Amino acid sequence: MDLDFAIEHLPRLLKAAKLTIELTLLSLFFGIFVGVFFAILRTGNSKVLYYISYYYSYIFRGTPLLVQIFIIYFGLAQLEWIRESFLWVFLKEPYSCAILAFTLNTGAYSSEIFRSAFETINKGIIEAAEGLGLSKLNTFFKIKLPIAIRQSLPAYGNEMILMLKGTSLASTVTLLDLTGVAKHIISTTFRPVEVFIVAGSIYLLMTFVIHNVIKLLEKKYNYT
Amino acid sequence: MGLLAYGDTGWGDELFFATLMTIAVALAAMFIGFFLAAIFASFKLSKNKILNLIGGFYTTVFRGVPELLVIYLFFFGGSGAVMYVARIFGYDGYIEVNAFLTGAFSIGIISGAYSTEVFRGAVQSIDKGQFEASEVLGFKKKIYYYKIIIPQMLRLALPNISNVWQITLKDTSLISVTGLVEIMRQSYIAAGSTRDPLFFYSFAAVLYLLLTFLSLKMFNRLEKNYSKGY
Repeated sequence: MDLDFAIEHLPRLLKAAKLTIELTLLSLFFGIFVGVFFAILRTGNSKVLYYISYYYSYIFRGTPLLVQIFIIYFGLAQLEWIRESFLWVFLKEPYSCAILAFTLNTGAYSSEIFRSAFETINKGIIEAAEGLGLSKLNTFFKIKLPIAIRQSLPAYGNEMILMLKGTSLASTVTLLDLTGVAKHIISTTFRPVEVFIVAGSIYLLMTFVIHNVIKLLEKKYNYT
Repeated sequence: MGLLAYGDTGWGDELFFATLMTIAVALAAMFIGFFLAAIFASFKLSKNKILNLIGGFYTTVFRGVPELLVIYLFFFGGSGAVMYVARIFGYDGYIEVNAFLTGAFSIGIISGAYSTEVFRGAVQSIDKGQFEASEVLGFKKKIYYYKIIIPQMLRLALPNISNVWQITLKDTSLISVTGLVEIMRQSYIAAGSTRDPLFFYSFAAVLYLLLTFLSLKMFNRLEKNYSKGY
């Protein structure tokens, strides 16, 4: 391992890590809304909405993320009506296409996590809320949601780490995230081991941070 | 549907063979992963602190670093490493490592990290009495592991092995960056020459869905079969 080489390229990799963090946080942020939305559809009474949510999560969890990005970035651009609509402003940019793909992907996984969290809520708690005369909206936001969030924390932490690793696919649609820059340095200097160690350590550091934040949150919201 | 015709006029046969390639890489990676997992799970379960550390290092690194980065490491570093070893044995020529092996190894190492955790968890969930009884009956450690612990462990691990298989199957799509002609790469080629990426990438998605669906069915049957006695 050549230390000088590693130090020389560290600033560039760290700068690229900023894009990785940005992609991860934005996708997770939008993904939570998508996930909660589809989880509610799954737990609702309507059969049609149930199947829409079921197949959404089935398709996005059953296919590789790479296919999803390629369909959105290369595939949708082929459709005339998309190119002529206002959506084209977003869909012609690799950045927003990557975020869209990541959001839909993490949304599918999170919807499963949130759904099982909603399903494990003790029925007695909801009956108690009804008995106390709370409105449906209040029961959802003040009772169901906080309990579901606490329930899904461990699994959601894993999903956050998977998403962090997933953002590396942004490099396949020309974005220069941490993996993209690492690949560029490897292919110009032919020093795969050093670059892998440096870039890999940056990723591991980020996983470590996520892991500990989730642990802290679990402690904080531990109601037992 | 002319695009999918079998033969020279369409992409049906190419995509069919690409699908076989995806299955082959995934199976090879899974086996390499099992082999590594058997070693590293025993490291993690051993009482030796240093072995624990090595096992922990392996699973942390390969589950925490993006798959694509690992693939680049092997893709760009693979032939270098092989040539380095060959030089020790006195061979000086250029060796190019085959794309299939590069892919199977890089995905296999990642798959192995997940399998390690699965195996470790399964062994730990076996009733302690089983270990004690085997010892009391005078079995040697090697024998009771092979005859008593591992068969029980595999049954317990089956649902999680199914998960690892799904992950491995999907990860093989990333090997397309090295040029190995599997589903993704073939769709990329077809999309490029017909200028119809939407169709071919959607078709690739359907192929992957089919593979994950069929393997899930298969694992469910296996699970049923192995839990007959319970």
